[in-house]
Amino acid sequence: MQFWHKELETLPRQKLEELQLERLKKTLQKVYQKVPHYRKKIQDSAINPSEIKSINDIKKLPFTTKEDLFVDYPYGLLAIPTERAIRLHTSSGTTGKPKAIFFSKKDINNSAELIARSLVMTGATKKDILQNSMTYGLFTGALVMHYGAEKVGILVIPAGPGNTERQINLMRDFGTTMLHITPSYALYVASVIYDKGIDPKKDLKLKRAYLGAEPYSEETRRKIEEMLGIDIYNCYGLTEMNGPGVGFECIYKEGLHIWEDNFLMEVVNPETGQSVSDGEIGELVLTTLNREAMPLIRYRTRDLTRVIPEPCKCGRVHRRISRILGRSDDMFIVKGVNIFPQQIEQVLMGIKGVAQNYQIVLEAFDEMVVRVEIDRDLFDGKIEKLVRLKEEIVDKIRSNVMVKPKVELLEPGTLPISEGKAKRVIDKRTI
Amino acid sequence: MKIKQISIFLENKRGRLYEALKALAEEGINIRALSIADTSEFGILRLIVTDPEKTKEILEKNEFTVKLTNVVAIAVKDKPGGLAEALKYLYDANINIEYIYAFVEKSGEKAVVVLRTENLDKTISILQEKGVTILNWDHVLAL
Repeated sequence: MQFWHKELETLPRQKLEELQLERLKKTLQKVYQKVPHYRKKIQDSAINPSEIKSINDIKKLPFTTKEDLFVDYPYGLLAIPTERAIRLHTSSGTTGKPKAIFFSKKDINNSAELIARSLVMTGATKKDILQNSMTYGLFTGALVMHYGAEKVGILVIPAGPGNTERQINLMRDFGTTMLHITPSYALYVASVIYDKGIDPKKDLKLKRAYLGAEPYSEETRRKIEEMLGIDIYNCYGLTEMNGPGVGFECIYKEGLHIWEDNFLMEVVNPETGQSVSDGEIGELVLTTLNREAMPLIRYRTRDLTRVIPEPCKCGRVHRRISRILGRSDDMFIVKGVNIFPQQIEQVLMGIKGVAQNYQIVLEAFDEMVVRVEIDRDLFDGKIEKLVRLKEEIVDKIRSNVMVKPKVELLEPGTLPISEGKAKRVIDKRTI
Repeated sequence: MKIKQISIFLENKRGRLYEALKALAEEGINIRALSIADTSEFGILRLIVTDPEKTKEILEKNEFTVKLTNVVAIAVKDKPGGLAEALKYLYDANINIEYIYAFVEKSGEKAVVVLRTENLDKTISILQEKGVTILNWDHVLAL
């Protein structure tokens, strides 16, 4: 087991929490003094920064949402003079303004430090060669990874995305051992490698790949791992939190370690804002503990996950979260129970006889109707089998989310085919 | 002696049965027998048709979910007790019937009964042994 910063990665839990508290206090003092928007938010809340006695007191502070980033856009949330900011990154901003995040010199160094920890955690050393096939530019993905890999002493090939022919040539000519790439592009590159008759296990030196920036399933991970004969590590990040390197998988690939000395994490019920218990699904809320230019307090990531409270075999104290399960905006409430479409999806994925596509319709009197297409290949003309299938779905959903659904079996092709942002839930209830 | 039956999964929604039958009508498929098994939200339409393979093709082209299954068709006397007699043989042999439907042939002398059981081969051998008329494909086409 190798470490980049063994002391900070393995310090006792209590010490880590002391460090978190110290950094939290400093961060709060700073935004209170330097950021008018935060001063006002904190003044309106029930607590004064000087009253923070434990990290749990953070729950008394208000959340920061993406709307807050637009209030005094673009410089309003800066906690340092603008001339001390040395880099700008933005989120995609497909609708309206982009989210603009500024880095000081220290922030750049620190985000690289977290990437260095993350890469070394997966077994990378300075002998490795990283082909960085993410987009260089306003997007944080490529640049933050680039600086972090350089810190380790890894040779970085700043390939950027696209031009698959050249990607493969680079891999072959320079002996690329690691890829940083989106899941969908990784799949594509792998298939082109095969089409060209290249045997990745013999002709290439690839050992591992870091996949992020898009949701993908465990199945996709295994598929790419098998195709290329490599290990794939999940990485999590968001522009608002430096980009990649917030959370990363270690060699055990059982959830992502969140670097808790840099980010205070909470998982809350998206509706009520109350903390959920460990292991329960909720929205990830992050507070930067070590950011100079633009600290964010209790930032609502909108990403759904759950904490994995058990200690990891790798020895790091930094707690893990599950892979991102979806977006909190998708949550709905039926009969007083919070349900995420992902919970229904997970149940359906485990049932033979139904296809991947589904829809949840909320009808009058709080009835949850789950509409699911049958699997064309498994239809055998027997009505009893379909009735049993329906009962199985009802039972499994009920035991999973505690609400008994009405299940409708549909002909394949009935539901609209969805890409990514599927409209899974249709709410027909009127209040 | 088995004959091919078409089973079509149908959602219980307006016009779906019509769409299936219209697709067949347009391609000149003649239906010999028909039955529907249904629940409140979906059903299975079962058809004996002149050309099962082509029927399957047409329906799949129209995005229906279709399965070809083997069934047995028997002819029983069109009088009280005609069917009961045949079923008793199966009952005695401990063979369960999955579903059954019937229609009367043109002459009106015999009723044709379509049967799906858990063991078609055994069903055929028992019914033959007892002298029940089992229809082959040519009989079905001639109906």
